[in-house]
Amino acid sequence: MGYQLSRTEGEQMLAKWQTRYEVFAPKLMRGEGCFSDTDIVRYGKISSFDEIVWDKKSDYSFKETLLAINETLFYFTEDQTTVPAGPKKDILIFLRACDLHAVKRLDEIYLKNGFEDFYYARVRERAKFILMGCESACASGFCVSMGTNRAENYDAYVKVTEDAVLLDVKCEALMEGVEAAACEVTPDYVTENKEKVTLPKKLSNESFTKEIWKEYGDRCIACGRCNFVCPTCTCFTMQDIFYKDNPKVGERRRVWASCQVDGYTSIAGGHEFRKSQGDRMRFKVMHKIYDYEKRFGYPMCVGCGRCDDVCPEYISYSNLINRLAKEEN
Amino acid sequence: MGLDINTKKLKKNAFRVSKVRGIGASRIRVPGGYLNAEVLGMVQEIAQQYGNGYVHLTTRQGFEIEGIRYEDMDEINEKLQPIIEMLEINQKDPNTGYPASGTRNISACIGNNVCPFANYNTAELAKRIEKAVFPNDLHFKIACTGCSNDCAKARMHDFGIIGMTMPQYDPNRCVNCQACVKGCKKLSVSALRVENYKIVRDEEKCIGCGVCITKCPTRALTRSQKKYYKLAIMGRTGKKNPRLGQDFLVWADADNIIKIILNTYRFVEKYISPDAPAGKEHIGYIIDRVGFEEYKRWALEGVELMPETIMKECVYWDGIHFDR
Repeated sequence: MGYQLSRTEGEQMLAKWQTRYEVFAPKLMRGEGCFSDTDIVRYGKISSFDEIVWDKKSDYSFKETLLAINETLFYFTEDQTTVPAGPKKDILIFLRACDLHAVKRLDEIYLKNGFEDFYYARVRERAKFILMGCESACASGFCVSMGTNRAENYDAYVKVTEDAVLLDVKCEALMEGVEAAACEVTPDYVTENKEKVTLPKKLSNESFTKEIWKEYGDRCIACGRCNFVCPTCTCFTMQDIFYKDNPKVGERRRVWASCQVDGYTSIAGGHEFRKSQGDRMRFKVMHKIYDYEKRFGYPMCVGCGRCDDVCPEYISYSNLINRLAKEEN
Repeated sequence: MGLDINTKKLKKNAFRVSKVRGIGASRIRVPGGYLNAEVLGMVQEIAQQYGNGYVHLTTRQGFEIEGIRYEDMDEINEKLQPIIEMLEINQKDPNTGYPASGTRNISACIGNNVCPFANYNTAELAKRIEKAVFPNDLHFKIACTGCSNDCAKARMHDFGIIGMTMPQYDPNRCVNCQACVKGCKKLSVSALRVENYKIVRDEEKCIGCGVCITKCPTRALTRSQKKYYKLAIMGRTGKKNPRLGQDFLVWADADNIIKIILNTYRFVEKYISPDAPAGKEHIGYIIDRVGFEEYKRWALEGVELMPETIMKECVYWDGIHFDR
């Protein structure tokens, strides 16, 4: 159901939400960009709609709010282990349509792919999603091509204008204690992107030998930025920490991993399955648009375009995919 | 009628006496080497109207218009006026050209307007220093360089201002990819190591170059909100004892650096050799003569350093001695 509030009433509603929820949204982190005097947009806790960056896609996705970059799985003493407590509050996450489609991918991997992941599940079940609209297409996204430009399964849609806060609420619990006039509200979404992507249809194990992997592999510097900004990359690695002043005590963490960074396929004995950057690039791209789809019936990539935006070597994943499709004709 | 020209005056008015009788050159100082391209057109006009059509791009980021007749200096000074205004050069009387030439143009590398390695806006700081020190005819050379790569050769200056950033580390964002460790090792000073999958920075070793920050793929490493500078002092070229400037302050702030530069002008006024040719003596030679302790006393007057600033109690220089 749609509602309209004044900006002041909107802030009061947000204050009410904060008593029950930790509210996460894309924020401008001033001076925290890669280079001197550059900013970055990434997720953080907010307490006012003014803190949210509405007019620009976040550089890093919402992913870290559901799946911590570093997560302690348990602490160990000599004969005991302790699992740290889960979130104390429910969480509200502001995100765009492409990212809400990415939540489905995270759920697929962490909840439905064989068994349910305890740590992901305990955060996920407390999460609600607030859709942010896209009034115009971002420069690098290709959500229309991936069918992720519209999302329906939000708990609420919020649009903040100069003098009003407009909502379309599906989870009426969010409106408890909030007085608001009814009003027809439909989410803004884009119907055309500047970037258009055609997925290749004939990928197979035969595709491993394509020249294109070597070409892009030679340009890749293995920094992993494409994976870390991706809302659908779900890989992690394990770290066992033995505290320095008492090595009998420690913790086991899981930490985000990147299939492009050295060490990802290293095994005991020193063997590495995908040593060349070309092999790693092929693995990533084919996982996003081929292997995942073979298993779950839809592609993993949601077309947010963040990997294109962040690559310091200007490797364009969307361009690579279009080239793969073109090679099939 | 013979040319009757006060060469001392014309030099201080930023003209040069050339080897050709009757012909000089007009020198245009561009603070920080940063200008609106419109100035180029103005330089072109003067060069074509009054010079021989050629311009030398000086080693200190200025223009030197060749083939100027001394008789035209007043007219040229009028033509220089819009350039002087656009470049925001301190000037007392309009249409009289550049008012001093002893203190050299404050030069700068391209800085963080463009360069990914630079830790600050070098042209902006150069202009700020320009405003603080000019016009002045004492022989000072100052350069601003964005990072420890020192593309501006700041260490060849009396005051070399080298950009630094204090790495800020959020272990919760660190994925132990070690891009920072590798970057620091290959491109910088190996100040980072890994302990329990997290990064440890050797504060003694770290030069604040910022390489680790540009390499970090997750923003676990970011720049300090505060801008820091290294102040290397009394580097020089020249005939007697060319040498590289040595660190005086590390992790310093711009305000105090400017104070120290201004204090040094007072020090030079007090101690410059009365027989200095054309009233010019490299500051370094003055310090060599009166001692670093005395210089430090003057330089630090009214200076309150930040707690994190490291000041070298004593500074020693070496270099090549042709004078011994």
